[in-house]
Amino acid sequence: MKTLIFIEKNPLSGLLRDVSVELSAKAFQLMEPYNGEVVGIFTGDKLPENTDILFSYGMDRLIHYNNSSLSNFYSVAYKNILEKMILKEDPDFVLFGATNMGREVAPLISSSLQTGLTADCTQLYIDDFKNNGKILYQVRPAFGGNILATIVSPDQRPAMSTVREGVMRLPEKQNKKKEKIESFDIVPEDLWFKDEFLEILKKEKKVNLNKSNIIIAGGAGVGSKENFKLLFDLAEALGAEVGGSRAAVDSGFIDKSRQIGQTGAVVRPKLYISFGISGSIQHRAGMEESGKIIAVNTDVNAPIFDISHFGIVEDMKVVIPVMIRYLKEDING
Amino acid sequence: MKKIVVLAKQVPDTTNITGETMKEDGTVNRAALPAIFNPEDLNALEMALSIKDRTGAEVTVISMGPPKAVEILKHSLYMGADFVYLISDRKFAGADTLATSYVLAEAIKYLGDFDLVLAGRQAIDGDTAQVGPQVADKLGINIISYIKKLVDIDENRITVERDGDFQSEVIRSSFPLLLTVTNDANIPRYPNALKMLRYFRSDLQFNISEENTDQFKENRWVIPTLSINDLKLDPAKCGLSGSPTKVHKIKSIVLKGGDLKIFENNKGGVMELVKEIIKDYAEVN
Repeated sequence: MKTLIFIEKNPLSGLLRDVSVELSAKAFQLMEPYNGEVVGIFTGDKLPENTDILFSYGMDRLIHYNNSSLSNFYSVAYKNILEKMILKEDPDFVLFGATNMGREVAPLISSSLQTGLTADCTQLYIDDFKNNGKILYQVRPAFGGNILATIVSPDQRPAMSTVREGVMRLPEKQNKKKEKIESFDIVPEDLWFKDEFLEILKKEKKVNLNKSNIIIAGGAGVGSKENFKLLFDLAEALGAEVGGSRAAVDSGFIDKSRQIGQTGAVVRPKLYISFGISGSIQHRAGMEESGKIIAVNTDVNAPIFDISHFGIVEDMKVVIPVMIRYLKEDING
Repeated sequence: MKKIVVLAKQVPDTTNITGETMKEDGTVNRAALPAIFNPEDLNALEMALSIKDRTGAEVTVISMGPPKAVEILKHSLYMGADFVYLISDRKFAGADTLATSYVLAEAIKYLGDFDLVLAGRQAIDGDTAQVGPQVADKLGINIISYIKKLVDIDENRITVERDGDFQSEVIRSSFPLLLTVTNDANIPRYPNALKMLRYFRSDLQFNISEENTDQFKENRWVIPTLSINDLKLDPAKCGLSGSPTKVHKIKSIVLKGGDLKIFENNKGGVMELVKEIIKDYAEVN
């Protein structure tokens, strides 16, 4: 049995993307009972600096397609190269990060190979399926997160999945394997390069909500961008990070990079304090594994209270200033 | 730059899920959700129409779905699309993204030459973002996803800004090309009242498949429908039989009961809550 993983690099830091490490660890966990192999594939001219981490999580081999013309993401070229690697390696499963790159190249490959692709999986496991032997079971939220669907591709190989960053938890480091990096050589065709990259624009620094122990989150109930400043004030007092629900993002109260939920970040802080969030299932999919959940909402029937440990039924505009005052008193006294 | 095809989907409004949407047994009451124009497909259509405004390009909107999906095609006409087609057949039911992309790619080919295909980045019912790239692959054309801005367009080339995870890229490509468009790209225009009136008054007659005739009798005008036979499709590649992915099991997400403690909504209550937070705060820092 063999699992192939599309490895990605953070272009700013030159290091592996977290999701690539998470997928390697997950693939090892899937393959170990079957003595299966975990193979990474990296396309681009310079390997991430810390590829040793992949082997410490059980990767067997890393294949490097080294070509300077692929420093930019030419989706058609990436697709053709990965497809050729897949045909050569003949894996049972292929995993991609559900990144902007993974979500573009994976469907191109699935279309070309006529194989099943399941997006944004939250659980993966291997089990028997009728007479097909062992197959990959892929669990994903569907219908706006209201249902969890288990998807299988029993008849086609390889089965392919994308997984969002932060969804698969990293285990303790285990089974450090010997680093083995191979190269792969095919000559790219001119036809694969129809894009001209005119300019690379810097984005605002990506907010990493996952690195924070405490998250303050606001929803539509916060009411305005102005009111959201109160959340940032409280976050400053607590040393917390600020996030928002999709409704808050869509209303323009807070930047998209801070969105928490099924289509935003999946977070597991030790403490999650929500203000004016009703707690739609999509939102809960991104935060319900938080250690302790506190909800402040004017609606006593808001579903967020069903998963909260502490709650206050009150307007956040009333609660936050009092909270900040008490917090400052305590910290200073 | 003469012809643009826009891919559109009618979706249940999963962004507006309320308590009433969930049945008591924890399953979704789909009937309680309004069917809407997939939001990012509106951004794709707006981009097509803005190109039409600048270049005079012809805009065709196609949608695969049940007869009810004509609603979004009418909406497309009111916004300014030139032609619309419903791609509908019972045999399309149960299609995954791969089977859907096969049908859409064949429909685009059936409609003739095109320069640009625009689609929303993803539909809010599945959130997969797969159909756009898969259609591009089946058409054998270049693709750029996650378009947040149309920078420039001329006779032979288009320049767009692609939203990456860490940086964005300004990319120029020749035609033909497929782009998937995000909601950052533009603000979709409203339907035009004059266009609505014109369509309601018109006696336009289109050819439609016989089996759907009854569906449209009550309408004053009809949307042309293309079936599996019209498109000469391979039934084995459509619907459930053309879908490598199968739904093995569905589980509704049921709220887990928490050990909720509600504090009084007065200063004393807030103070107690802050004490609890400080307890956690001391634990975590």
